[in-house]
Amino acid sequence: MSLEVKELTKLYKDQKVLDQISFQADSGQILGFLGPNGAGKSTTMKIASGYILPDEGDVVINGISVLEYPKAVSRMIGYLPENNPLYLDMYVKEFLGFIASLYRLKASSSKKQIAEIIGRCGLEAEQHKKIGQLSKGYRQRVGLAKALVHDPQVIILDEPTTGLDPNQLVEIRKLIKDISTDKTLVLSTHIMQEVEAICEKVVIINKGEIVVQDLLQNLKTEKGLTSLFLETEEPLDEEWFRNIEGINRINMLQSNHLEFLTFNVAQLRREILTVVQEKNLSLLNLRQQEKNLESIFHQLTQSR
Amino acid sequence: MWSLFLKEIDTFFNHLTGYLLLTAFLIALGLVVWVFPETGVLEYGFADLEALFVYTPFVFVFLVPAITMRMIAEERKSGTWELLITSPLKISHIILAKYFAALALIVLSLLPTLIYYYSIVQLGDPIGNIDSAGFFGSFIGLVFIGAVFAAFGIFSSALTDNQITAFVIGVFIGFLFYFGLSAMATLQSNKAAYFLEELSLSYHYESLGRGVIDSSNLIYFLSLIGSLLVLTGIIIKRR
Repeated sequence: MSLEVKELTKLYKDQKVLDQISFQADSGQILGFLGPNGAGKSTTMKIASGYILPDEGDVVINGISVLEYPKAVSRMIGYLPENNPLYLDMYVKEFLGFIASLYRLKASSSKKQIAEIIGRCGLEAEQHKKIGQLSKGYRQRVGLAKALVHDPQVIILDEPTTGLDPNQLVEIRKLIKDISTDKTLVLSTHIMQEVEAICEKVVIINKGEIVVQDLLQNLKTEKGLTSLFLETEEPLDEEWFRNIEGINRINMLQSNHLEFLTFNVAQLRREILTVVQEKNLSLLNLRQQEKNLESIFHQLTQSR
Repeated sequence: MWSLFLKEIDTFFNHLTGYLLLTAFLIALGLVVWVFPETGVLEYGFADLEALFVYTPFVFVFLVPAITMRMIAEERKSGTWELLITSPLKISHIILAKYFAALALIVLSLLPTLIYYYSIVQLGDPIGNIDSAGFFGSFIGLVFIGAVFAAFGIFSSALTDNQITAFVIGVFIGFLFYFGLSAMATLQSNKAAYFLEELSLSYHYESLGRGVIDSSNLIYFLSLIGSLLVLTGIIIKRR
């Protein structure tokens, strides 16, 4: 079970929205697809779901090309579009039944499947309500249920948590985590905490190009530098620390406040304290901050 | 495909507009056939339903686009179109399901007029003194006119995301094909006039109304519908 995006290029008029992007998501993995607004996230997902055609490249699901067999692939994909379109004057159960019949589920198995999905998405109490009457959080659940009703192996969710309140956010994330165990799941978002909370792999896209793709853990430890902040009563001089090895960069925040960027925190902390002792400074504060995904994201998507 | 067809019919009756449209249609026809002195059968004195068949296309020009206008435009606007396109349904199936739903609604709206036929049969002197072949020929003609207008309507609904625009375009095309072409024919010399006349809906409709179901008329209607639906598919794929 895998989803493979192969050198996708998409032009809108003359503007290149996607430029040769490639990545892969594997089974049992949640892939976080990140990028600023307008980076090309939704376009990629729309192509993967077969809604629009790319100018170049292809998306391959379990070895089957979306371009060649869009309808066969559509049965394997569960797709939740960005704005979560629903038929507002249908009842929840009726809507899911309609979707099941579009996917040609047999009546007997579809009833069972719908009941199970309704349970899984926490819609039991709402199943006989009109979708138009539901709150945004519940509509989002209906959208998720829609994406799951035909038991797809690959699930594509385009910003599934935008506009939800903090409680709903936690619930929907938990739901997403639950369903991901035996499926391939691609999730686009611009909420970094979300990725840190549930994703294993991260692809960051900016202006139609992939700027980084790696496991979240690798990103946070290897590529993410750690910041060390030093504050003293006396003014500091950057030159005192020039000779220390393992410092990638020093930022002067205030005359008595420095930021060190490093890969090796433990080593650096000792060295800094030595300098503090040598210069006979009175230490106010020495603290470290792990680089989080948010700062990596800023670094990668702003400098361009 | 069947489920989408049912969904379309369901949506139509889920809104008050659906009932209003059908009621307005039937009231208009009822007034024309029975009440208005200029057109009413009772004043006319002959056991004949010509008024029904002359005026229904006028009402159809507006009624049918009103039925079809939201079928594609509204789905695109609300985004549910994405649900349909990314489902295993082919585009051709989506178009056909919507088209046949529109057609079924049109036939449904015509069915009550069969009561008019029964009434006239009973009112005739002697009872049953009516040109039945003419009536059923015209009735089939009306169904075909509705079928063509439905194809115009689906086509115009695919052109735009705005229902009202779709309605206006649908009315315009219907008007052009039913009245416009034959009106233009009267302005032309022989050959062009003949050509335009043959192209117009009213020409083929009237010839069905004579009670003879001629294959050339059927081919005209069916090929017009077919090419409109194919064109709709092309437009959808291009957008």
